[in-house]
Amino acid sequence: MFIRKAALVSLPVAVALLAAGCGGGGGASPSADNSNGAVSIYETEPQNPLTPGNTVEAGGIKAIDELWAGLVGYDPDTAKPYNLMADSITSSDAKVYDIKIKQGWKFHDGTTVKAKNFVDAWNYVAYGPNAQLNADFFSQIQGFSDVHPDDTKAQPTAKTMSGLKVLGDYEFQVTLNAPFSVFPTKIGYEGFDPMPDSFFADPAGFAKKPIGNGPMKFVSQTANQDIKLTRFDGYQGQDAVHFKDLDLKIYSDLDTAYSDLQSGQLDFMELMPPAALVGDKYKTDLQGRNLDAGLIDIDALAVPYYVPGYNNLDLRKAISLAIDRDTIIKQVLNNAYTPATSFFSAHLDGNTPGSCAYCKFDPTQAKALFAKSGFTGKLTIASNSDGGHKEAMTAICNSISKTLGVPCDFVPQASFGQFRSLITSKQATGMVRSDWGADYPSIEDFLNPIFKTGSSSNDSVYSNPQVDALLTQADSTADKDGAIKLYQQAEKLIEADLPKIPLWNEKGTGGYSSRLSAAKLSWKRQADVSSFRLASSS
Amino acid sequence: MGRYVLRRLLQLIPVFLGTTFIIYTLVWAIPVDPFAGKCGQRPCPPAYVAAMRAKFNLDDNLFVQYVKYLGRLFTGDFGQTFAGADVSTLIANAYPVTIRLALVALVVEAVVGMTAGVLTGLRKNGFADNLVLVATLMLISLPVFVTGYILRGLFGTPRGTSFFDLIVPGVVLGSLSMAYVARLTRTSIAENRRADFVRTAIAKGLPTGRVVGVHLLRNSVIPVVTFLGTDLGALMGGAIVTEGVFNIRGIGGLVFTNIQQQQGVVVTGVVTLLVLVYLLMSLIVDLLYAVLDPRIRYE
Repeated sequence: MFIRKAALVSLPVAVALLAAGCGGGGGASPSADNSNGAVSIYETEPQNPLTPGNTVEAGGIKAIDELWAGLVGYDPDTAKPYNLMADSITSSDAKVYDIKIKQGWKFHDGTTVKAKNFVDAWNYVAYGPNAQLNADFFSQIQGFSDVHPDDTKAQPTAKTMSGLKVLGDYEFQVTLNAPFSVFPTKIGYEGFDPMPDSFFADPAGFAKKPIGNGPMKFVSQTANQDIKLTRFDGYQGQDAVHFKDLDLKIYSDLDTAYSDLQSGQLDFMELMPPAALVGDKYKTDLQGRNLDAGLIDIDALAVPYYVPGYNNLDLRKAISLAIDRDTIIKQVLNNAYTPATSFFSAHLDGNTPGSCAYCKFDPTQAKALFAKSGFTGKLTIASNSDGGHKEAMTAICNSISKTLGVPCDFVPQASFGQFRSLITSKQATGMVRSDWGADYPSIEDFLNPIFKTGSSSNDSVYSNPQVDALLTQADSTADKDGAIKLYQQAEKLIEADLPKIPLWNEKGTGGYSSRLSAAKLSWKRQADVSSFRLASSS
Repeated sequence: MGRYVLRRLLQLIPVFLGTTFIIYTLVWAIPVDPFAGKCGQRPCPPAYVAAMRAKFNLDDNLFVQYVKYLGRLFTGDFGQTFAGADVSTLIANAYPVTIRLALVALVVEAVVGMTAGVLTGLRKNGFADNLVLVATLMLISLPVFVTGYILRGLFGTPRGTSFFDLIVPGVVLGSLSMAYVARLTRTSIAENRRADFVRTAIAKGLPTGRVVGVHLLRNSVIPVVTFLGTDLGALMGGAIVTEGVFNIRGIGGLVFTNIQQQQGVVVTGVVTLLVLVYLLMSLIVDLLYAVLDPRIRYE
């Protein structure tokens, strides 16, 4: 079985090597590729100017990730961080980090990437009046509150963070407010990318023709149509691309993009339209050119503590045990998900499958707990109804009311914005859909933003001083394995309180056209463009 | 004639002010903060929200906002999107495409529709008449996206935005109106065939081509021109469905996505332009009547 699989795989590889004129070096070194073809990938209109500090959504991130290279990159298969632009990141106490960067790297305008480009960029993004969307990612650095006061009307007392120090052309030092062991993983996030000197003179003009240090350089952006990039031949990183031109083609309709993918007018999509998922139709449509990703995310139901009657542990346990996750995934969600058995994604270091004891379907126990809870009245789940959420949430409600005999209603919200303002203004009247996708691959990113008292995405308004203390302790543990153990202890406490009911993890399915012979889909639900190989015929 | 045109043009001013105010109010009056869901599961940083609200004058009352917007509009500044792109650039990118698509659709419906209408109107109840009746009935009963999906399956999406590339989407977009045009022309021709002036023309011994082409068609075409004119106005407003099915980056899709994102500046800018286009189109149609029928005078 294994041998047959391997033989099948080796055939296209052999063809690709022949096509590349037997370059010899394989795919590893950027100089070995001599392909000058063009590739197009599915894109949505970026919502913000194309700068890393101000980009938070998928449409912009796709371009940013090719235009820029950060200190740390993530392996597309395992999501493990590796040093990309960083030469070394060292710390003895997880509080003061000494970062050395590789020499000889250039921005697309020919200037050298120096330590100062990182420090200046970070200071710019963090500075309050610059109003950058990723400012909060720097809140752990010493001096952040001086440049970014909580009160938007207050004037910052400093222009630069005291925790950032340039030690030389290729070395700088970062001092945090408190120890944070996941910092070396976190700085692979786009907001931490360096900026060339030309950016600071005219940020608005720069965003119209961005200059990065990544594998591809900017050619043009036509609003609402496409973004064109081309290979940067001076790129030093291991994720160089093996084709020349990249066209990020903007589509407003997923089905249209899919039909273009089938006809070869579009080369890559990181998600499939719902119609193609039914009965795994996409697998036959694409003749094996479909991709699975290990997306790092979790979908859950938050049970806000402020809703009268819901601050009831037995009720939360009963609800979780009453949801038939397997059947809903099979019948409503086209098998695009796997049932969640923990509070993390299955693809993360430190995840223990089954660590959530109540994340299973057990009608008997559910009924017993529900009787014990003494809850009377009606359960509700609120969510925006687009994107297939209505169907999924209704199915959950049906499962709950069938098992517990309690009425359960789906409360539709007109838009995602309306739905989120319901949560941030603490006006929910029942459970709310609460999904989470990782900013960077670490279990820390599944705990601190969601379960810590007062944190940004704590939709349940959950607060447990013991959890807070454990998380702080884990953050300050320099030893990676030791930190993971502490995070897992925090997860145990969270499991006992069950402020959020884990539902499922999305698998992530994508596909590529026959013009490509190889492609990968990363954990971010994004094309790993460096894995693209053009098929021999094109 | 000149005074009539001037009066019609002056009427545009109050209509322009009224529509822009209504559209502006409606878009910004949606009771949801446009920045509530913009940063995903996290709320946007307060500093960002404050800066954006200041940039788009969202903290002023609606009337002051509108006046500020209008003031900039008169200096030719359509404003910017949240992403910092100029709305004028967005319109300049999308509008030529929509105009080309609308013209292709108009040519399709005018040429095919009128030809079919003349042929069937002249030979009522013949084979061609029945064939066209059934065919138009089918086109009218099919929603545009069905025709769109079928033709996209056969021909794929357009590779560019030239007139040639837009033929297939143009046929889809024009198909419904084409059916109406065929039926309108047919009825009109059939009625006028028995009119006195046609009988006179035939009695004078004029060749059939001249009787049909000049006497009959010219007098029968007035309702059709009215229809085509208003239809072009509607087509200029973009075709959300057709543009979506064929991924044509035109005006329809632009308005649609920006309503969803509550980008009021874009929606108001584009829709204002559309209102003007629509008004001008109906003016042109009214003037065409006088050209077609000298008895109609505007004073």
